[in-house]
Amino acid sequence: MATVSFSVNGEVRALKLDTRTTLLDALREHLHLTGTKKGCDHGQCGACTVIVGGQRINSCLTLAVMHEGETVTTIEGLGTPEHMHPMQAAFVKHDGFQCGYCTPGQICSAVAVLDEIKAGIPSHVTGDLNAAPQLTNTELRERMSGNICRCGAYSNIAEAITEVAGRRA
Amino acid sequence: MKSFTYEKVSSPAAAASAVVSNSNAKFIAGGTNLLDLMKLEIETPSHLIDVNGLGFDKIEPTSDGGLRIGALVRNTALAADARIRRDYGLLSRALLAGASGQLRNKATTAGNLLQRTRCPYFYDTNQPCNKRNPGSGCAAIGGVTRQHAVIGASDACIATHPSDMAIAMRALDATVQTARPDGSIRDIPIADLHRLPGDTPHIETTLTSGELITSVTLPKPVGGTHIYRKVRDRASYAFALVSVGAIVQRDGTGRVAVGGIAHKPWRVEAAEAEMPHGAKAVAAHLLEGASPTKENAFKLSLVERTLGAVLTEAKG
Amino acid sequence: MKFDTPATTNPIDQLKVIGHATSRIDGPLKTTGRATYAYEWHDRPASPAYGYIVGAAIAKGRIASMDLSRARSAPGIIAIVTAENAGKLGKGNYNTAKLLGGPDIDHYHQAVAVVVAETFEQARAAAQLVKVDYAAAKGSFDLSAGRDGAAKPPGRGDDQPDTTVGDFPGAFASSPVQLDATYTTPDQAHAMMEPHASMAAWEGDKLTLWTSNQMIAWTTGDVAKTLGLPKENVRLISPFIGGGFGGKLFLRADAVLAALGARAANRPVKVAMQRPLMFNNTTHRPATIQRIRIGAGRDGKITAIGHESWSGNLPEGRPETAVQQTRLLYAGENRMTALRLAMLDLPEGNAMRAPGEAPGMMALEIAMDEMAERLGLDPIEFRARNDTQVDPEHPNRPFSQRQLVECMRIGAERFGWNKRNAEPGKQRDGRWLIGMGVAAAFRNNLLMKSGARVRLDRGGTVTVETDMTDIGTGSYTIIAQTAAEMMGVPLEKVVVRLGDSSFPVSAGSGGQFGANNSTSGVYAACVKLREAVAQKLGFNSAEIAFTDGQVTAGNRSVPLGQAASDGELAAEDSIEYGDLAKTHQQSTFGAHFVELGVDVATAEIRVRRMLAVCAAGRILNPTTARSQVIGAMTMGVGAALMEELAVDKRSGFFVNHDLAGYEVPVHADIPHQDTIFLDETDPMSSPMKAKGIGELGLCGVAAALANAVYNATGIRVREYPITLDKLLHRMPDA
Repeated sequence: MATVSFSVNGEVRALKLDTRTTLLDALREHLHLTGTKKGCDHGQCGACTVIVGGQRINSCLTLAVMHEGETVTTIEGLGTPEHMHPMQAAFVKHDGFQCGYCTPGQICSAVAVLDEIKAGIPSHVTGDLNAAPQLTNTELRERMSGNICRCGAYSNIAEAITEVAGRRA
Repeated sequence: MKSFTYEKVSSPAAAASAVVSNSNAKFIAGGTNLLDLMKLEIETPSHLIDVNGLGFDKIEPTSDGGLRIGALVRNTALAADARIRRDYGLLSRALLAGASGQLRNKATTAGNLLQRTRCPYFYDTNQPCNKRNPGSGCAAIGGVTRQHAVIGASDACIATHPSDMAIAMRALDATVQTARPDGSIRDIPIADLHRLPGDTPHIETTLTSGELITSVTLPKPVGGTHIYRKVRDRASYAFALVSVGAIVQRDGTGRVAVGGIAHKPWRVEAAEAEMPHGAKAVAAHLLEGASPTKENAFKLSLVERTLGAVLTEAKG
Repeated sequence: MKFDTPATTNPIDQLKVIGHATSRIDGPLKTTGRATYAYEWHDRPASPAYGYIVGAAIAKGRIASMDLSRARSAPGIIAIVTAENAGKLGKGNYNTAKLLGGPDIDHYHQAVAVVVAETFEQARAAAQLVKVDYAAAKGSFDLSAGRDGAAKPPGRGDDQPDTTVGDFPGAFASSPVQLDATYTTPDQAHAMMEPHASMAAWEGDKLTLWTSNQMIAWTTGDVAKTLGLPKENVRLISPFIGGGFGGKLFLRADAVLAALGARAANRPVKVAMQRPLMFNNTTHRPATIQRIRIGAGRDGKITAIGHESWSGNLPEGRPETAVQQTRLLYAGENRMTALRLAMLDLPEGNAMRAPGEAPGMMALEIAMDEMAERLGLDPIEFRARNDTQVDPEHPNRPFSQRQLVECMRIGAERFGWNKRNAEPGKQRDGRWLIGMGVAAAFRNNLLMKSGARVRLDRGGTVTVETDMTDIGTGSYTIIAQTAAEMMGVPLEKVVVRLGDSSFPVSAGSGGQFGANNSTSGVYAACVKLREAVAQKLGFNSAEIAFTDGQVTAGNRSVPLGQAASDGELAAEDSIEYGDLAKTHQQSTFGAHFVELGVDVATAEIRVRRMLAVCAAGRILNPTTARSQVIGAMTMGVGAALMEELAVDKRSGFFVNHDLAGYEVPVHADIPHQDTIFLDETDPMSSPMKAKGIGELGLCGVAAALANAVYNATGIRVREYPITLDKLLHRMPDA
């Protein structure tokens, strides 16, 4: 057992955990924040995506005890049914989901992707490595590829993200 | 996942002493491969030494015009570094072709080099695997082998190394710096880091017990056109069937390393002399001695054709 | 309510709510992480223990011995359940292989134990300590090797393994233009994002299961049968389901093992099947070998059409009915179909989205493309010449609606089909060879009894309860729209509660029958509620309007809620069907268009544009219907280009049993997708005049891609998936 304390959605949470507990299981089973989903538990689907220290990661492939003092944002921290984050609202508007199981991961990823483009981080499809990446459909699709949606809402998700990005710009 | 104790170290000396005093310890940084394997009990450390606090997270110029990349620099940060993008485009491209944005945010430079094969028989603990359980046999041989090695394999193992980044590092002649538990440090040319499987496929690198990668150094830029071409069924978030990393100079000379075909990044320096003569000549030399299966023989022509496309692209 | 005459004008035809593009009413819950899936009911029951499944390490044979001693002494262990200590278990009506194996093992990764511990980490670690010695037996794992020995499976009602009309052999032999080609489709996985998961709690001999299941009534019955309980002692709760695609039609091991684990542990237990176990433990779409023969005159009219399909399954398993569509889709006087079934010891084959038609159309619609080319006809023209408005096996039985040719023509115009170069390999864009392909879409419309209960409270809120499920299909929303339309209230005044076995039995989610049937059941219940409201409010006129929250007849208007002023009003009914499906063939139709590029050097295939045109009765909600179709198109891209469970034919298992090995499309594979719904109502189908759409969207997509690959390269691949290694040796020099 080990203790760890980190901030989740603005609230400091102290936990006593089996060292084997992943950040994902800490969120779901100990903090009961089940918005973050376990799709594969092996980094192969992206359903567990959360934002830690401003960066999106797969919470299934990291131990909770490795996040002492860090800041975690989950889907619950982005918005509520009554007060949705613009990305959440855009997903509803564009029907960017069906079964909903990959959706929290898609949304956390999408929020982080826009920041990554803004920060000038290139991607596999960026034409000129020495120029700032642009917010194109091809860029979004490549950057979102770590989030699998078996229901196949990709086309609608791309539209939802594009709308939010446009609103931001 | 077996139980383990966990400690976070803040100095190389503490890391060394931790690894010496725990017989079955492992270093953990990004954890994206290690934890994956620990869940399946393919890796079963009894003690984890978290090295994220060691400060090896900078990219610094070296005195001879190269760059020293800290072992803990994340794949995203490395790919996005302006100097890497400008002078070592191949490395940036290879990194960005790998995994997903989430994984690249966590995965480290050293961890990427040390990631283990994605052979499905290695991953299925019901199956014999000489890598996982030395002497048990290789279930992949005679099985489903579309993804497997076509060259440098052995009767004990036909697994491939999955890293994209390592292909670029190999073409760039990177050097790996390590620290051993006794405090000694050494430089390992990237060509000597990964081993072919031979009779001991469970020994994947030339690192010794408790040896820790501290940085990877790139020599001064060599110019040329940098291209990394990864071929896969799925357009993203997939391991390579074949990948070709190349640096091509204006006169047609250059370097080529190939991924997806062997137990280590595959580069044959002598084959590079053929580069001005085209892909066919290079591939013939590069793939000399290949022994593919019926299912993966396509990789031979795929390497040649991909290299051809890369050389054409380099000409502009 | 019995539906036995074609629908006439009814309140749904007002289309005040139905037919409008409406955002999902469950959207805010799903997008904010507040929707509760099976594993996530942490507040009830309190403090469940964790179960972890052990899967068999062999495909066929017996457990020689099991040693649980080390696992039993592991930290946190509460119980271990195996076939030996589980007590007598039955087998569900819908299961082929038993869900807890031992001593006999029927397939790889069949569950052999569940280990229950205080924490997930403890259960997972202890599961590794369960030592099982097996006596492996020789099995059959290779469909192509089993093809010759495949048997004729037993028929079921109208579904007979062999059909024949006219003289197929004679007509085919004398056809001036012929095609005789064999196609293969691989084993495929549902690979839904939420693993099979269940949480079980016992109160005495009463069991509550929070689970993830498409068919609540089937599964409640199979839980009871498997555990030897009276059905009324089993309660299933499944309001949110993280995808199913047919993989969650049935009771699966997670639910059985959660229940057994909870009984053994004497406390609630939850079990989520680990992803690497899912591919071999659960069901999959079986591989097929399909031989298609088409004979036609030089006028392009089909005179003979024959379709044979071979698939494999475990003993007692069913064949994949890949010839289904060929009995109905095209004209031709001489016809035959045949199904053959090989006994294989691979995991259980069963329904996956559009069973039968999905793999059948993958083959038939390549064959049609090949035949069109032989005839020198445009593939759309060839299909148009062979359109039929009647069941070709029974010419006195018309289709209720059939707009196949319209779908193709409208799609051709929208997609720019006339820009396609009929000569393959001639379009180039930089490094890409460009091709366009088309295929028909076809899937039958199935009618199933479906029930619902509707309640009205004094505030005018209408609550619908039915055991219907929403697996991402949009059931919550279209059911709310139906009730809103019927009761004349805004959508916000409707509450929908689904997926609970204490609610009236519905059609459930499968076979693209969910939307039409479940809303028809709600319609029926609402008709009853309207009558009850009218009676309560003292209206005796037949001309009563339910609009804007008011009930109006003549010049008297009363708020709807007033009918419940002295207590809630409730009504329950089911839709049941007469023989309209016998007198009229009910099917859905469409056309798929694809443009793609094939890398001239590597033969990598990347999709550029996609369009689906669908004629599927009334579209209840264009937003959710579109999502069903684009999702199906995405799954079709997977089927065409990457999805294959790779069989180790020596040991008998699917080797690529995780989401890294079994590749499904990612964002980068899927371009913007367009859909068009033809304006159609089908009065034969139901009072809703709707039909299914979720599977139609899949049927034909893969063939459209295959045909586009041919158009791009001139290479005809008849073995799915179409991966670069099948093209490379025939690609032109780059």
